[in-house]
Amino acid sequence: MTLHISTEILAVIAKDARDKYPEECCGVLLGTMCSDSVRQVLQVIPVKNTNEVHRERMYLISSERIRDIEIHATQIGFEVLGFYHSHPDHKGEPSDFDRKAAWPWYSYIIVPVWAGKPSTIRSWRLADDRSRFNEEQIIEDKNERNDLHPYSPS
Amino acid sequence: MSVTIYIPTALRRYTDGSGEIQLNGKTVGEIFSNLVENHPDLKHHLYTEEGSLRNFVSVYLNDERVPQMDGQETPVSEGDSISIVPSIAGGLAFSPKASSINQKTKLSQEEVLRYSRHLIMPEVAMDGQCKLKAARVLLIGTGGLGSPLGLYLAAAGVGTLGLVDFDVVDKTNLQRQLLHNTSDVGRPKLESASERLNEINPNVAIETHGVRLTSDNALDILDGYDIVVDGTDNFPTRYLVNDACVILGKPNVYGSIFRFEGQVSVFHGAIGPCYRCLFHEPPPPGLVPSCAEGGVLGVLPGIIGSLQALETIKLILGKGDVLVGRLVIFDGLAFSWRELKLKKNPDCPVCSEDPTLTELIDYENFCGVTPSSSDVHTDEDGIPQISPEELKNWLERGTDITIVDVREPHEWNIVNLGNLGSKLVPLDELLERSGELDSAQNIVLHCRSGVRSAKALRILQDSGFKKIWNLDGGILAWAERVDPSLPVY
Repeated sequence: MTLHISTEILAVIAKDARDKYPEECCGVLLGTMCSDSVRQVLQVIPVKNTNEVHRERMYLISSERIRDIEIHATQIGFEVLGFYHSHPDHKGEPSDFDRKAAWPWYSYIIVPVWAGKPSTIRSWRLADDRSRFNEEQIIEDKNERNDLHPYSPS
Repeated sequence: MSVTIYIPTALRRYTDGSGEIQLNGKTVGEIFSNLVENHPDLKHHLYTEEGSLRNFVSVYLNDERVPQMDGQETPVSEGDSISIVPSIAGGLAFSPKASSINQKTKLSQEEVLRYSRHLIMPEVAMDGQCKLKAARVLLIGTGGLGSPLGLYLAAAGVGTLGLVDFDVVDKTNLQRQLLHNTSDVGRPKLESASERLNEINPNVAIETHGVRLTSDNALDILDGYDIVVDGTDNFPTRYLVNDACVILGKPNVYGSIFRFEGQVSVFHGAIGPCYRCLFHEPPPPGLVPSCAEGGVLGVLPGIIGSLQALETIKLILGKGDVLVGRLVIFDGLAFSWRELKLKKNPDCPVCSEDPTLTELIDYENFCGVTPSSSDVHTDEDGIPQISPEELKNWLERGTDITIVDVREPHEWNIVNLGNLGSKLVPLDELLERSGELDSAQNIVLHCRSGVRSAKALRILQDSGFKKIWNLDGGILAWAERVDPSLPVY
């Protein structure tokens, strides 16, 4: 499982994590499926953490917001590939609550933010039996990759 | 009715790739049952093990959101469409801070000597003693249970002990609370406890929290520790400590005592049952007497508190079988021990897979012990007041209150609240007789119209009493608004 993502988009996620610290940031990853296991993120939408309390430890993106973003994605030919959020002053591994609340299939990017500084970004997918998350490899596309097109769906 | 159900991308591999499915049914619930019957792999992503729709699964019927709770009964019509839309949540959710127990530390020469009887035990040894030194343990209460706990944990070399207590030492405490001496009466318990513990082992860092533990501060205070030890004597705090520990994922070493009996367990929501699995709701106020009402043999907290200290040390060392999922009951009069197996309640509101209670509530109100904050108020001089109606409610709910009449004996003879257990302590005698009052109890003061009792309240406040209120308008207001059968003068 791999997730292609550009340096610019990674920078947008890191900036959101830094700006929202000590609260958790969150957002939606849009892009295309290259194959079952290879995905490319082409757009990121930072979203307001609508959790009422404890935003420093929990995030929530409402279903209404997800619906709107799904419609937007369809219009531009993208798909909702997953989501990102930050873990203020904690490592970038999914918490137990992340696992309980997770949906299968999606890519869950987590950014640890130590003392306000975003650290290594990692991505995860929920195992089929919901027992754990499996890490997926992030491949950073360092250059402008105008030449990169999605592989044709297999 | 034939209805189209739209499956989100994330779930399509459980529906053989299809994003739209036609299904029959009369209600949303029926459509969903048919859906998971046809595609059983969907079930554990849509439903919890107890069979309710997961949080974060939102259902829309023709663009209208179907309510989470009773939405399953919503009827559907021919041609309707249903969409499953995820809401996305997650985050740290109070996963415990990295435990301090395994942080590297070294013993000084003095400590090696001091702990030599531990160091030669294979179960402790240097490794275990360093874990004790690195550990951070919070004691809620420095009274009956907190005393042996503090003494033994400090002596054993637990590196950091947090103490939570807002009370002052009272003469009635001395019969069992060995952290405090006779000369400490009137001093804040935190002060005498810190002094004593420091003398036992100056290597221990004592962190004091001189506040009443509340829903507003509990998570912040508890979060800084690896293990929480509950030495409280009241239900609101016990539920508060339990819920906060579950939310934070911390073990809660529980003990309680009454007369000749005691109970011990370790509640750890992450791996076993919690206090709420055992006692879903508090008993009605007044049914279970506190130590102040029912009494306790002084040695009992010594026994139970020492057992809590033992379990705490085992948790730190990671050795032996801790009392998770087991409740031990000690009957000192019969000298018998019983052990009950405790099961995790799958519907527990705090520690189950899908908790309904994920933040702290108003525990005083939940337990019906003290008035909710709306029942009492403070007048412009900062005197805590309670109205006659509020006092009546309070008494009817079985709240434990001492009523003190500060008038003169001849006024008492005219009219009094002796039927409510009122005690006469004239204002002039109050200072010297304050030892007759128990600062651990809720106290309501009254006089004829409320002026003298406000003065009395100031006097008691200055002597360290905290749980005191002035009856607004005195016995005159009580007679006028609550009990018109009383004479007024």
